Amino acid sequence: MANTATLPPAPASAPGDERIGRRSPIQKFLGRPEVGALVGAVVLFIFFASVSGTFTQPNALATILYGSSTIGIMAVGVSLLMIGGEFDLSTGVAVISSALTASLFSWNFSLNAWVGVLLALVVSLGIGFINGWILVKTKLPSFIVTLATFLMLTGLNLALTRLIGGSVSSPSISKLDGFDSAHAVFASSISIGGVEVKITVFFWIFLVAVASWVLLRTKVGNWIFAVGGDANAARAVGVPVTKTKIGLFMAVGFCGWILGMHNLFAFDAVQSGEGVGNEFLYIIAAVIGGCLLTGGYGSAVGGAIGAFIFGMANKGIVYAQWNPDWFKFFLGLMLLLATIVNLIVKRRAELK
Amino acid sequence: MNAKQIDQQTLLREEKDPLTHTPVHLLSLDAVGKHYGNIIALREVTMAVDNGRVTCVLGDNGAGKSTLIKIIAGLHQHDAGVLKIMGEERKFNSPRDALDAGIATVYQDLAVVPLMPIWRNFFLGSELTTGFGPFKSMDVQKMKDITLKELAEMGIDLRDVEQPIGQLSGGERQCVAIARAVYFGAKVLILDEPTAALGVKQSGVVLRYILQARDRGLGVIFITHNPHHAFPVGDRFLLLKRGKSIGYYDKKDITLDELTAQMAGGAELAELAHELEQLGGHTQALKEVQAEVAGVTEVTDVADSSREGSPRHA
Repeated sequence: MANTATLPPAPASAPGDERIGRRSPIQKFLGRPEVGALVGAVVLFIFFASVSGTFTQPNALATILYGSSTIGIMAVGVSLLMIGGEFDLSTGVAVISSALTASLFSWNFSLNAWVGVLLALVVSLGIGFINGWILVKTKLPSFIVTLATFLMLTGLNLALTRLIGGSVSSPSISKLDGFDSAHAVFASSISIGGVEVKITVFFWIFLVAVASWVLLRTKVGNWIFAVGGDANAARAVGVPVTKTKIGLFMAVGFCGWILGMHNLFAFDAVQSGEGVGNEFLYIIAAVIGGCLLTGGYGSAVGGAIGAFIFGMANKGIVYAQWNPDWFKFFLGLMLLLATIVNLIVKRRAELK
Repeated sequence: MNAKQIDQQTLLREEKDPLTHTPVHLLSLDAVGKHYGNIIALREVTMAVDNGRVTCVLGDNGAGKSTLIKIIAGLHQHDAGVLKIMGEERKFNSPRDALDAGIATVYQDLAVVPLMPIWRNFFLGSELTTGFGPFKSMDVQKMKDITLKELAEMGIDLRDVEQPIGQLSGGERQCVAIARAVYFGAKVLILDEPTAALGVKQSGVVLRYILQARDRGLGVIFITHNPHHAFPVGDRFLLLKRGKSIGYYDKKDITLDELTAQMAGGAELAELAHELEQLGGHTQALKEVQAEVAGVTEVTDVADSSREGSPRHA
């Protein structure tokens, strides 16, 4: 089953006091942030599996996972950032900026594609840094700061692509040195039992694992929860709030770089106007996954489940042979239901 | 007798400056001041903190208590006077600096993150780690065990350290914050209005923890606007009003009634009575206020005459 990969780890059983006996492992499990999303994912899976015969076939699952991974990779960074109490509206176009940087730079100077890839990494981290730096310096809400970078990047993408490449699309870089190796790293498929699984799925799973470990088992994770939960309290006990926030924006930038490179090397060119609106998909995935909009609560696994729900709804409609126009409606409904379930489940579990 | 003379009287227990052999305080402020733009928030405040002693800072809202602790805790920097730690002049750039110098602050809002589990809050900013380099992870089990043990020693028997700290009662949260400061080797513990939002019983519990911290050898700065809470536990009392020190007393030089009278501000009551008189009418209310003014001034007069050369300084 595809969705077993995204199951949350079982809650650790702690040696306890007789007074905590009332709180059974099931209740503990229900208190986790991603439960609402998990319930939604299971329901949606059963639903599409029953209306479409092809939905559960290995090839279809691989396609769904691929669709999920293109959202999920970004959702990892966006979830962490949301737990840290901030938003990033520039993520959708920042992905394209990263891809355009790599392609235009290496094409214009006829360099090895990897030079462009590395420059794109620097640019992506730089965009994250600038977002974070302006945020902590001006103390403006992240909504405003990243809305501004979103608009600026959208303009830069279009203007620079036309200026350098002379078209709305970046020129093809498939003839450049290093294209094939970069394609193999960012956009190849791996065959598992005869099923071609896109490499982004593995990037996605790896990133979720790393992010979960960081969040739950390192002090940086502790700081992320703290700056999102109460930044003043965190500062007062010596947490480097500024560094943590800037670091989170840079982590989002890193995720954007991976996805940007995939977008570029999956084909050989990028449309400069793409990416607008995708930032909401990443935020939706994080919110469906149980990340609190106000920060301080959530999980990386939750964001992954959110992305998986997105992937299922997106492809499931096609497999069920419905009109894809319905997709956005489904997404909205899922968002509403998942957040309501989250809210109810969380309140219930905390009262017990 | 002014504040400096008191400093000479109540010496640090057995502790001397290695060079000059004069006693030094754990922490001392000398004529410390702070202004925000052209607003003077604090001026000429002098006080000292010693091991195993409780220094109480009393004052009404806006008296400058918060500014004072923010200076000591490293959130703000003073721009006049001298702040000394163990006789060494210091100026803190960040709360981290102050923490490293052994000054821990338990804020009114407790500096806890309500949604986070107790153990994560306990170790926040000072997490224990194992492993090397990029694979450094938190030593979760050890941190949980220490949290349980430390809290048990403060007399709080917790059910589950995984509980979000927001679910604890105000008094319990206060104690977690105090236990955290004690565990991390604080030498000076600043408590910002720990009893302000608590009922009588919970306040009593917190006062007990203050004494417990004192008995462990910490120097405690207890900030409050309630003389009834300050008097039983305090060794020294600094009274602030409108950013200025209006008195600095040793416990043996002052009684609870005098402290209350100073806090209530006899002059202000007299002013209030005057205002009422001017407006006319409401004779009943006026009489009550006047009676109170008389009571307060009486106590203050007695206090002043019983102590020739009172330690009061303005």
